[in-house]
Amino acid sequence: MDGEPRLTTRRSPSTAAGSTGRSGGPFDPRLLHYARATRAYLLLSIAVGGAAAFAVIAQAWLIATIVSGAFIDHRGVASLRAPVIALLAIVAGRALLAWAAERAAFRASASAKSDLRRAAAERAAALGPAALDRRDTGQVAVLLTSGIDALDGYFSRYLPQVLLAVIVPLAVIGVVAGADWVSAVLIAVSVPLIPIFMALVGTTTRDRTAKRMRALQKLAGHFLDVVTGLPTLKVFGRAKAQARSIADVTDRYRSATMATLRLTFLSSLVLELLATVSVALVAVAVGLRLLGGSLGFHHAFFVLVLAPEAYLPLRALGTHFHASADGMKAAEEIFELIEAPDVGTGGGRRRAAGTGILIRDLEFTYPGRRIPALHEAELTVQPGETVALTGPSGCGKSTLLSVVLGLRRPDAGIVRLGEVDLADADLDDWRDHLAWVPQRPHLFARTVAENVRLGRSDASDARIAAALDAAGLTEVVRRLPHGVETQLGEGGVGLSAGECQRLALARAFVRNAPLLLLDEPTASLDNETEADVLAAIRALLSGRTALIVAHRPALAALADRVVELPPAPVPVGDVGVANT
Amino acid sequence: MSDHPAGTLRTLAIARSARRRLADASLLGAGAIGASIALMATSAWLISRAAQHPAEASLTLAIVGVQFFGLSRGFLRYGERLVGHDAALRVLADLRVRVYERLEAIAPAGLPLFRRGDLMARVVNDVDSLQDVVLRVVEPFAVATIVGIATVGAMWWILPQAGLVLLFALGLSATAVPWLTGRLATREEAKQSTVRGELAAEVVDLLAGAPELVVMGGTGAQLGRIAEADGRLRALARRGAGTAGIGLALTTALTGLASWGALTVGVRATHGGSLNGALLAVLALVPLAAVELVSPLPAATQALQRSRVAAGRVFAAMDAPAVVSDPRRPVALGEGPHTVAVHSVWASYPGAGRSALRGVDLTLRPGHRVALVGPSGAGKSTLADVLVRFLPADAGEITLDGVPYERLAADDVRRIVGLVEQRPHLFDTTLAENLRIGRRSAGDDELALVLERVGLGSGLGGLPDGLATEVGPMGARLSGGQRQRVAVARALLADFPILVLDEPAEHLEPAAADALTTDLIAVTEGRAALLITHRLSSLDRVDEIVVLERGAVVERGTHAALLKAGGRFAAMWWEERMGDRPAHPALTPPAAPTPPASAPPEATPTINEGGETR
Repeated sequence: MDGEPRLTTRRSPSTAAGSTGRSGGPFDPRLLHYARATRAYLLLSIAVGGAAAFAVIAQAWLIATIVSGAFIDHRGVASLRAPVIALLAIVAGRALLAWAAERAAFRASASAKSDLRRAAAERAAALGPAALDRRDTGQVAVLLTSGIDALDGYFSRYLPQVLLAVIVPLAVIGVVAGADWVSAVLIAVSVPLIPIFMALVGTTTRDRTAKRMRALQKLAGHFLDVVTGLPTLKVFGRAKAQARSIADVTDRYRSATMATLRLTFLSSLVLELLATVSVALVAVAVGLRLLGGSLGFHHAFFVLVLAPEAYLPLRALGTHFHASADGMKAAEEIFELIEAPDVGTGGGRRRAAGTGILIRDLEFTYPGRRIPALHEAELTVQPGETVALTGPSGCGKSTLLSVVLGLRRPDAGIVRLGEVDLADADLDDWRDHLAWVPQRPHLFARTVAENVRLGRSDASDARIAAALDAAGLTEVVRRLPHGVETQLGEGGVGLSAGECQRLALARAFVRNAPLLLLDEPTASLDNETEADVLAAIRALLSGRTALIVAHRPALAALADRVVELPPAPVPVGDVGVANT
Repeated sequence: MSDHPAGTLRTLAIARSARRRLADASLLGAGAIGASIALMATSAWLISRAAQHPAEASLTLAIVGVQFFGLSRGFLRYGERLVGHDAALRVLADLRVRVYERLEAIAPAGLPLFRRGDLMARVVNDVDSLQDVVLRVVEPFAVATIVGIATVGAMWWILPQAGLVLLFALGLSATAVPWLTGRLATREEAKQSTVRGELAAEVVDLLAGAPELVVMGGTGAQLGRIAEADGRLRALARRGAGTAGIGLALTTALTGLASWGALTVGVRATHGGSLNGALLAVLALVPLAAVELVSPLPAATQALQRSRVAAGRVFAAMDAPAVVSDPRRPVALGEGPHTVAVHSVWASYPGAGRSALRGVDLTLRPGHRVALVGPSGAGKSTLADVLVRFLPADAGEITLDGVPYERLAADDVRRIVGLVEQRPHLFDTTLAENLRIGRRSAGDDELALVLERVGLGSGLGGLPDGLATEVGPMGARLSGGQRQRVAVARALLADFPILVLDEPAEHLEPAAADALTTDLIAVTEGRAALLITHRLSSLDRVDEIVVLERGAVVERGTHAALLKAGGRFAAMWWEERMGDRPAHPALTPPAAPTPPASAPPEATPTINEGGETR
């Protein structure tokens, strides 16, 4: 089917506008750069294109020879044995070539996808969490696993077709010129006309198409809007009446779409017309000269068999337009990630010593926000001291921790660990001094033991067990299907919020770092569990320096000192708040 | 949600509503491909006849035929595509209405989808993708069948053996090849799916677990795990690459063989004198032109598989039973004032193992405002769903003015008991249209007035076009606080005698949440209202506070009484103060701030227990 546009809400018909919708060419040189497998594949595709052109020409020649031999020279199968067997070989060769080309395409695609995936993963890791929190991690994960599969179609359908569309017509014209130069001229003139006319049709309809597309967008979203809002419609007693409006809107969507399609299908009408009319012209011209005696049957028939082949790759290219668009879109999303600018977290080479924290005049504003998350923040934690940090939600307590962790670079101010300034510190060494229990710890898709071992990669099984016990998880782990070997996280067993936090505490135990940063470690625990975890935290605190973000009085009670972080300025953006 | 593919027949039946147009499109498509086959056949005949040097006039018909077929193909194809897309869009309209009418009966408690926007969007996407059944499944097969039979017939008429050869090649290409490629693709996918899942999990860990990995120095190891999983997938995919080209290779081989076979039998027949030599060229070229007939079929088979999976999800949603049904003869409700009473109600969502409500009592009477508080998962939203008859009670009774809910029409109940949902939906239209969902007839002045009441009066200056402002998809152009306030305004316009507000401040920043809660308490003055909330700051102004835990009421009473009792509510209240306010000596909690939550609910001192039920 020739480049069927998809009329769904997922993909608007804009891609149906053919080459008009895209600014870039059919090939992005970055693909060669990031996916090395592409280079070898491009060379291979040129060879395949040459072989395909040869096979097509040989097949036409043999068919013409056999038909001419039997029809004009009245020969039988026996005397035509050589071309008959050769034709069979060519048929087998073409099938084999088709298989090999497709196999090469999917192998190249598998390698290219893997290259891109690794480059993107490495880049994501290098960018760090601060750059990632503006992206939807789920979407990036889908892009790197199944989204990138759109490149399969690009590699197996589009890229080889582009080469074929150049190689095959050239070869056909060359060979036809040897047999009948009039036909060669006809083909040579009409083939380039196809892209020219398609582009002409595209540009003349583009503005009208684009205008209609915008109108279509809204109609396309209506059904999702109404279905998602069904509970609301029911509350207001308006749900039943909406069935009529869905029929009406979809009907309007249909007429608007059809009006657009009448234009966008014009370019493929041009393609079809030029291709078939040219073949018809060649046939009639050849036939008439054959009648006049200026051309022999063999050559005439050879030209006729070959003529459609000159147009076939171009027609196929139209069919595979979407494969190109989808593949390039996926590739571009990945390039965008790979080429994302650095979000520095700073760091030098000095090694940290001591565990006291000193923070002065700390300023931090999240990118794209007007209100600073931290403004003139100050804090001192003496070595060996436990400080509880309190303050209203949203006053920047977690942000302050992430600055101390070296996850976000402050806009201004001083953060010092012992004698070393964060700005000059070797970040890996700096973090070696820290253990951190975040508010919502992430469960990794690994076993319980491996999840704890993230705290210290060389921890022995005995120390893992001890850490689990200290965090009050022994009983929980015992109830899991495979104990400490139970697979957690994505595709594994889930833990409750409280159990996750205790797992993170176990990581902190096994990490055995001199400075502890705890972000509301008891926030989602019930009172009974809280008591257990508090006991674990108390054990963890002894002999260490600690900064604890604490809401609950029982947690704050563990601290030597409570520090209040002043509330963030009230956002003026929210009308509701500004109004009260 | 089941991911079982739907049956092939039920999936194909989707196209039935546009069968006339579908037939037209198939005929046009058959005409288009038929024209290109006929173009090659008449051309071959023309050249063969010309080689016999007859009078030019005897070729006229063939020349006209060649020109006619050459011109008609493009136009027929253009017509086919237009009619086909028109048919697909008509099928879409019909399907959307059918799905909607069914979902309307089930929503929202019958389908967990309604609580998950992404799943809902997927079903809607599935519905829209089912137009593929028309364009990509039924039409290609119909065209292949029509033209295939005609071409084989024509070949048979010229030379029966050649007809047989073509029948054999086309038959295999149309049945065995799509079937085989489908099987191979499924097998390859199954092999890769485990590794894909593992790779996805590792990528999610790298991204979602980035802060922990960075702090604990595990990023390098995580990249190693990704590289390892990626390497396995790469190896699997490269090894499986050979299966991808088998379909194309077989189709190429079969049509090539058909051409070769027809040519061979034709040469023999010509030599033997049983075939007019001028037709031999036709026999050789027709099978080559027929490639176009079968080459789209593997893709059509895959489209059918995809459609069956999408249809499976859509049908699963449509086949879900409605959880609430109206009585045959609903009791008509009288004029107000209205009172809703909940007596020892147990309730659970379909498919959920345990009861979300376990014997709850509650009365909402005119002018009486009740706040419902408790931890997440306590059953607060379930009670809201029960009150607006989205969900039936498994045991116990809910009455409106003394009439049990089962004897009332659900729409009648919802005329009296209104709800502002936790995530109210704003439609992608103007602010005014969104508000008028509450009351169609409301004038602009009334809309302005109600916006003023919910604290959006002066804020409207921030909206570029005032009431005509487009709120965007899901109200995305408004802030979270604005969206909730618009939803409340809409409910106030509807003027429900009894109003349930389900955590309207849930997803707001604390300061915005408190502002909204305060305003809500003000606007519900004088009306029966149930305010479900997790912010406790302004609850001193409601008439009763009910604390729900694990589906049961553990405390109830006035703000002052509950604080004095020092139970669960008091503990929650102090905790909120600790978190939000500067630690001032006057606000230090009393001696025993930790509530006795370890005690079973029955043993917790409850105040005013049962005092509100009759």
